[in-house]
Amino acid sequence: MARLYSLSCAHSLSLSLSLSPPLSLCPSVQQMEPVSLPALSRVAICGGTHGNEMSGVYLVRELQRQKLEKAGSATLTTVISNPRAVQVCKRYTDMDLNRCFTDAILSSPVTDATPYEVRRAQELNTLLGPKGNVGAMDLVCDLHNTTANMGLSLISYSVQDWVIMHIYRQVQRKITSAPVRFILLDLPLADAYSQDSLGKHGFSIEVGPQPHGVVRADIFNIMKEAVDQTLDWVQCFNSGSAFEGGEVDDVYTFVKSVYYPRDPETNQITAAIHPQVQDHDFCLLHPGDPMFLMFSGEIVKYEGEEVLHPFFVNECAYYEKSIAFHLARKMTVTIPPLQVKRLMKGEGEEKRI
Amino acid sequence: MYNTTELCSVMSGHSSPAAILYKCTTRTAFISQLVKKRQPWFLLPGNFQRLLSRVLKLVLSSESLYQLFNIPAFTTAMTSSTNVSCFHEARRVAIFGGTHGNEMSGVTLVNLWIQNGKEIHRKGVETKPFITNPRAVEKCTRYVDTDLNRAFTTENLSAPSGDDLPYEVQRAQQINEIFGPKGSPEAYDVIFDLHNTTSNMGCTLILESSKDHFNLQMMHYIKKAIAPDSCPVLLTEHPLLKYSTSRSVAKHPIGLEVGPQPQGVLRSNIFESMRVVLKHALDFIELFNEGLEFPPCTVDVFRVSEKMDYPRDTNGNIIAMVHPNLQDCDWEPLNPGDPMFQTFDGTTLRYEGAGTVYPTFINEAAYYEKQQAFVTTRRETLAAGAIKKT
Repeated sequence: MARLYSLSCAHSLSLSLSLSPPLSLCPSVQQMEPVSLPALSRVAICGGTHGNEMSGVYLVRELQRQKLEKAGSATLTTVISNPRAVQVCKRYTDMDLNRCFTDAILSSPVTDATPYEVRRAQELNTLLGPKGNVGAMDLVCDLHNTTANMGLSLISYSVQDWVIMHIYRQVQRKITSAPVRFILLDLPLADAYSQDSLGKHGFSIEVGPQPHGVVRADIFNIMKEAVDQTLDWVQCFNSGSAFEGGEVDDVYTFVKSVYYPRDPETNQITAAIHPQVQDHDFCLLHPGDPMFLMFSGEIVKYEGEEVLHPFFVNECAYYEKSIAFHLARKMTVTIPPLQVKRLMKGEGEEKRI
Repeated sequence: MYNTTELCSVMSGHSSPAAILYKCTTRTAFISQLVKKRQPWFLLPGNFQRLLSRVLKLVLSSESLYQLFNIPAFTTAMTSSTNVSCFHEARRVAIFGGTHGNEMSGVTLVNLWIQNGKEIHRKGVETKPFITNPRAVEKCTRYVDTDLNRAFTTENLSAPSGDDLPYEVQRAQQINEIFGPKGSPEAYDVIFDLHNTTSNMGCTLILESSKDHFNLQMMHYIKKAIAPDSCPVLLTEHPLLKYSTSRSVAKHPIGLEVGPQPQGVLRSNIFESMRVVLKHALDFIELFNEGLEFPPCTVDVFRVSEKMDYPRDTNGNIIAMVHPNLQDCDWEPLNPGDPMFQTFDGTTLRYEGAGTVYPTFINEAAYYEKQQAFVTTRRETLAAGAIKKT
């Protein structure tokens, strides 16, 4: 798989430095005030949210086999999120579980017609949430695989959740077996649809490329490293380590989706993703670059005006939504120094439910 | 089987060294078949026969000496002496896609050709593209009730038809009616069955019988045509491991297995490779039908040997993954002591077989439920006799 990673942007790296200046969301490092946040005493690791994404399934089972229940002072909860889908090795049985965590769906009344995944989402909300509530898990980490050549990606809804950004920085620094990137889905909490949004802090770990239904040792090992680094960071944070501020790069914001070309009469897909985009997640797509290779041999080019970065290129699960890939804008984020908030006497009891 | 009259017509006048050699082998093959049982030559040990045959072939160019000693043609390690085989024109050819509904290259190619068959048209050949498992294709799943590519057993095909049968068994019976009956003279001449695999098998051709000289010659042609890219040949002839495929309905079944590609995904490079291999296969058929004679050749194949399952606990759960050193190494040698599996907590389990094997179908998604992590093969060289249309 190293041969696939080497495709990722070796040539475009130098271009990106000169042509697309990174956008900074925050003031420079020296001006950011240190932040202190409460300890993370309850952590959840979830696998099998999609039943055929095997690294997470096997990693959670392995954590359960090892009876791993603590990470330093934090308690660890491990969950197989969608056991029915895991049983049949499918993404889902009725509907995608990882789209069921919006406020609207979590609060919808349950009837006989309610899909299995909606019921399960509400159960998980009770177990790991309630979403947005003080009783929710401090950190929810949801494990996923993709058929896209995305290496290791951390996905979340905010670049101002300093816990998540510091975890990202540690993972990026410590892991060398795959490229590490951060993907921002810029949505308000109420509209956040994935399971990690149940926690006070949450993110998904997405590792690829791996076919669905398959467990590859190299991909499993990357995911395991990412989880180990996350739990290591949590322990250090909880025990009072100070994490210095700085800049984190390779942060990508979702901009829009690109759809497969279809025949207007038969509605059949008429092209495959072009070899210059296939396996080139996070590389640059310039106006005029090839995007699709029609079965007839013609090339469909990118006609947008902005230079963007494709990701989730040729993800199997997105065919049903007709999505070939997403496009993102790249940026750098400045993060403040971070340390755990020391509890005042009496505060500790209020936090325990 | 060869036809004596055909054989004699082949023997007339060529003078190039290759042609002389060709003429010698066919003549001696012919003669050896006639006198086989009564010659003391055949009492010599096999390897000495082969050595003598090779020396004589090099030294002697006079065919009369071959006749005098009744020396059989040079044989390979495994098969009998080469024969000229004559076949009827391959007039009816089918291309199957969607035998597994989530193997997208074949589904896409066949749908393309159903709409516009110009690319697969060849003079004098009826090429029929066909989606074998439309319900599985619609759901983008391998199968609905049972694996169609295991369903063409005699038992299934002869069972009384009915709606209570699994969908794929009903479908097998329908396909047998259209393209078979399997084993009969009315069956289609050739069926190409298009598959994808999550394994790193490249463009693999699957051969069901080591005695199908027509198929061997086609595979030899394809391998030469796509060189320097390689096209491994997997021989599935095995008393236990052979399975009843959809293509087995035809007289000459050919499996095309291209990977790596995830299920449900269409990769441009994989799609185009499959397309190119099929083009060469159809070119071969066209040349054959035009009367071109294909001289004897040899084809290196990998013969299936043993199915290897994942290590499991007492509850049947998988406890280890294909080792990173073995992953993606289809067709490369696996020696005793080499890493084979890695447990989830990092321990290496090693291959403990007696000798070197060549694994394939390494980490195929669909084989987890069939208890197969990979299959071992052994290398072999098959000889194909000359072939020509009747």
